[in-house]
Amino acid sequence: MGILLAVARKILYSLLLLVAVIILNFLLIHIAPGDPVDTLVGDMGGATPELVAKIRAEYGLDKTLLEQLTSYIGKVAKGNLGNSYTFNEPVTQIILHRLPATVLLVVSALVIALFFGTLLGVMAAQKPDSMFSHFVTVFSLTSFSAPVFWTGIMLLILFSYYIPIFPSFGMSTAGLEAPLTVRVFDILKHLFLPAVTLASIYLAGYSRIARASMMDVLGSDYIRTARAKGLSTHIVVYKHGLKNALLPVITLAGLQLSQIVAGAVVVETVFSWPGIGSIAFKSILRRDYPLLLGILFFSTVIVVIANLITDLTYRILDPRIK
Amino acid sequence: MTDNHTDVYIESPERRYLEAWHMYKGNKAAVLGLGMWVMIILVALFGPFIYPVDPFELVGAPMTAPDSEYLFGTDYLGRDVLAGIIHGARVTLIIGFSATLCTVIIGVIIGVLAGYYGRWVDNLLMRITEFFQVLPALLLAMVMVTLFSPSILTLIFAIGVVSWTAVARLTRAEFLKIKEQEYIMAERAIGAGNLRIIWRVILPNALPPLIVATALTIGVAILFEAAISFMGLGDPNMYSWGYMIGSSRDYIWDTWWAVTFPGMAIFFTVLSISLIGDGLNDAFNPKLRLR
Repeated sequence: MGILLAVARKILYSLLLLVAVIILNFLLIHIAPGDPVDTLVGDMGGATPELVAKIRAEYGLDKTLLEQLTSYIGKVAKGNLGNSYTFNEPVTQIILHRLPATVLLVVSALVIALFFGTLLGVMAAQKPDSMFSHFVTVFSLTSFSAPVFWTGIMLLILFSYYIPIFPSFGMSTAGLEAPLTVRVFDILKHLFLPAVTLASIYLAGYSRIARASMMDVLGSDYIRTARAKGLSTHIVVYKHGLKNALLPVITLAGLQLSQIVAGAVVVETVFSWPGIGSIAFKSILRRDYPLLLGILFFSTVIVVIANLITDLTYRILDPRIK
Repeated sequence: MTDNHTDVYIESPERRYLEAWHMYKGNKAAVLGLGMWVMIILVALFGPFIYPVDPFELVGAPMTAPDSEYLFGTDYLGRDVLAGIIHGARVTLIIGFSATLCTVIIGVIIGVLAGYYGRWVDNLLMRITEFFQVLPALLLAMVMVTLFSPSILTLIFAIGVVSWTAVARLTRAEFLKIKEQEYIMAERAIGAGNLRIIWRVILPNALPPLIVATALTIGVAILFEAAISFMGLGDPNMYSWGYMIGSSRDYIWDTWWAVTFPGMAIFFTVLSISLIGDGLNDAFNPKLRLR
């Protein structure tokens, strides 16, 4: 019962966060210099008076700010984020269509970063003064310092041009008519470079945290007891140690989720990955504000949902949290 | 625990920093980082005088590979890549420093208010901090720069607004820890006002971790600026490394040098400040290092 209540509170809190994002979107439209209509019409050029009047009515710009805000929240809650001027389609429709690609990229990058980050950190922690451990430290510093779009371009030049193993853009080969397995493999081949690029920045942080917390855990009493019982090093490290060393890594991953989603925007741009990030670039270029704000909203939704999942995972891993 | 902090207070600040500097000097990686950082600053200050080539000017044939005349080659328009890197150092450092200043000011004010006053102030400010942590910072910064039209000021402001949360949390934690110490109560007993306690007593004691955080923030700010300029949202009058990579994006097969060298410049700049941050962290917390 207590757990259900805690989960319900967490969900309520997440909903409040989303309302706050909607308010932020609203404020951004209104704080931006110039008339909100200009902001919404953007630089599409030559907005006809009819269009301006239509937008004015649509957003209720003749009413008070508070009335406008409540009607805006109501609209977004119903999934109406306005129309994109670039695509001439409802923003929600464009984004929902592209969301799966972004989620695939983010989740793959997260899995790669978590798996290899933890593995490197745990291996380094067992011999803190070895060459390998120093290598992990240096590697984590360097991969953090490289701008992610540049890492992507370097990987593209290397593995798509000079050693052409991987495709250079998109998510699948156009017009590929083949059995399902071949098409899945095709997508994986397209996914590899973008996912590795996005993972590279976060892998660093995870390996550092994993190394530090594993070193802490390995020095603790219960590990000594486990060793004294005569359990093999392998079991002690990977069964007893890892479970506890993982908690700080998951905390960090949860905290950094919003950064990963933002990183995806840049990585998608580099690899022309057909998610919401690559249209972010277009909407910036064309000053398509409704679309841009929609992307901001939906990426925050991803983060909030993922945070909820992290929180629940944490509860499963650490039964002390009620 | 309490004794420990009393020691810190009684020990003169000069001595504390002197000791940290001795620790720092012994750390090879940290000294290397500092050396690189000084070199980058020198390039930013004097480079444009020593190599007076306008980065916007079309000086040579487009897509010239690196040779003796153009050490780093020319881009697809015929602009000198080396000139871009030298001039870009200024932009990078100016924005890196100013955005960090903006970040630290916002973060410290919010952290101080939350940590010192506690209760509902703390509650409210921490909810706001959590909200900002959920937002994809880089994306929000891009949206802000787009809405307010790209310029160096909006860039600095946008980076500051999206990246203060870590500094705020750190400041708050330090204030929560320090304000319960006995010497703070002693200050209060002799009638010191809130402002004096915050500014003259607690803040100097909270400074070391803040210095470390500031170094790391500079690195993050530089990466943010690079990404925003890469997306074509930099100040159009400023030639930045991120812009160089972004503008040559469609020609990476033909001019690898026009994207590789500016990226290396960003990489080494951020690496050097990260090494400094790491070194400072170890220098201020020698116990952690011995673990």
